[in-house]
Amino acid sequence: MSTAARRLDLVVVGGGPAGLAAANAAAQAGQQVLLIDQAPRTGGQIWRHRPGDVLPASATRLIGAVVPPRVSVATGAAVVDAISAHELIVDFGGRIAMVETSSLILATGAMELFLPFPGWTLPGVVGVGGIQALLKSGLSVADSRVVIAGTGPLIWPVAASLAKAGADVRLVGEQAGRMELLRFGAGLLAKPVTLAHAVKLRFAALGSPFHCNAWPVRANGSDRIESVTMQIGEHQREIECDWLATAAGLIPRTELGQLLGCELSGGAIAVDSNQRTTVEDVWAVGECTGVSGDHGARVEGAIAGLAAAGTRKIPGGLMRARNASRRFGARLERLCRPRSELVDRVTPATVVCRCEDVHAAALDPAWSARQARLYTRLGMGSCQGAVCGAACRTLYHHEASRVRPPLAPTQVGGWADCLSRHDPDQPSEAPSSHESPTD
Amino acid sequence: MSDTTIVVNGVPRRVPEGVSLAVALWRLGIHSFRRDSTGRPRAPLCAMGSCHECRVVIDGHADQRSCLVEVREGMKVELPT
Repeated sequence: MSTAARRLDLVVVGGGPAGLAAANAAAQAGQQVLLIDQAPRTGGQIWRHRPGDVLPASATRLIGAVVPPRVSVATGAAVVDAISAHELIVDFGGRIAMVETSSLILATGAMELFLPFPGWTLPGVVGVGGIQALLKSGLSVADSRVVIAGTGPLIWPVAASLAKAGADVRLVGEQAGRMELLRFGAGLLAKPVTLAHAVKLRFAALGSPFHCNAWPVRANGSDRIESVTMQIGEHQREIECDWLATAAGLIPRTELGQLLGCELSGGAIAVDSNQRTTVEDVWAVGECTGVSGDHGARVEGAIAGLAAAGTRKIPGGLMRARNASRRFGARLERLCRPRSELVDRVTPATVVCRCEDVHAAALDPAWSARQARLYTRLGMGSCQGAVCGAACRTLYHHEASRVRPPLAPTQVGGWADCLSRHDPDQPSEAPSSHESPTD
Repeated sequence: MSDTTIVVNGVPRRVPEGVSLAVALWRLGIHSFRRDSTGRPRAPLCAMGSCHECRVVIDGHADQRSCLVEVREGMKVELPT
């Protein structure tokens, strides 16, 4: 049976600002596009919303433009495997099917970097973006005591949202030092709009004390967090709280890119100025190519959407905006670089791999990532090393591990059926990991 | 915002419409979504589908990340008590 008629022009993986912009630009240029996202709605993290929520005008416009029939959208759907850049195996909420496409744009975004510390597995310890996600998904924080301990600009809109929702924000902590913060702030002076926005956010959380050189040393409690022991400069202080929102910045999600054979650069998917990866017909946009915020993500998405559609000349304004955003991303990375004290927090009893309960005592710092995985099952649990893998790259300088499918929890039977239908000579049984992403 | 009914460990519970299942469970006072190998409680960390701490059984399907699912009328949820 000919599958040519069913082949899409473009699949975009990820429905945040970058993916939405890419899908929109490609659809505008006449391409048949499918956008896939594992969340129930598009918008990614920054534009996470429930019906009736007010979003920035640019978000409303893009989310409203990327809908059927102009663009096919599959939410609650995850790419579990890729036979090549043109053949993806997708779990559509339980139904597993192959998707064929001429071009692929990866907009897989970022996740928070969680560095282990004593008590970090207690319920109520969440990410900085994590508590924001919970808030946007309907969590009530009225009169809840919250300590924010993170790094970079994200702590400010989160503090503001929490304060607006009636939380008692006991402390806003930044792990970077004063000099690092001033250096970053000076870079913002060149962008008055960003600076004004930052000042506005700071005022929204004015009731809460702010400290730089601040990070959590220990989360205390039995069945959930009851207090956090914070290091603030030279001193330690215990602060009672119902939530500890803490992370060590954001890191690109590169798993699908890696599975396809894309080269990485500085932990992100490497791209040229047109957002092309090192694999033919694969582009990557937004935070997965380097964390630099939603404006840059939208611009990069538009560039790749146009490029994938065969547009020869990308508008100069887009390229200039892209370059400005990359410069901002570099300044952000410098600010958010985890200080060594965050590594020193780990004790022998601290859980490093949450899924498999591997404690620091079980890990030899001299091991490679592969040795750690084979000797202790680190990274072999449900999250497949998403959390501990990133932590161990900082704690033990582990190299990036080889990525194996499935990239999301899925049913082996459906996955195997899909693979065997692709290759009728292959017996229908659980597949071994592919040696090469392209046949 | 109106309510909807989900069934948690066999017991019908009223939760707000349009919230994630993870948030709905937390609002019901459930602060332990799963247990680690020593029996200690675990709950959402990343709230965006990366950490897999929020996984519960939904309509008979195991390992469903509750932070990635919106509540739906009649949804059957099972998790360790």
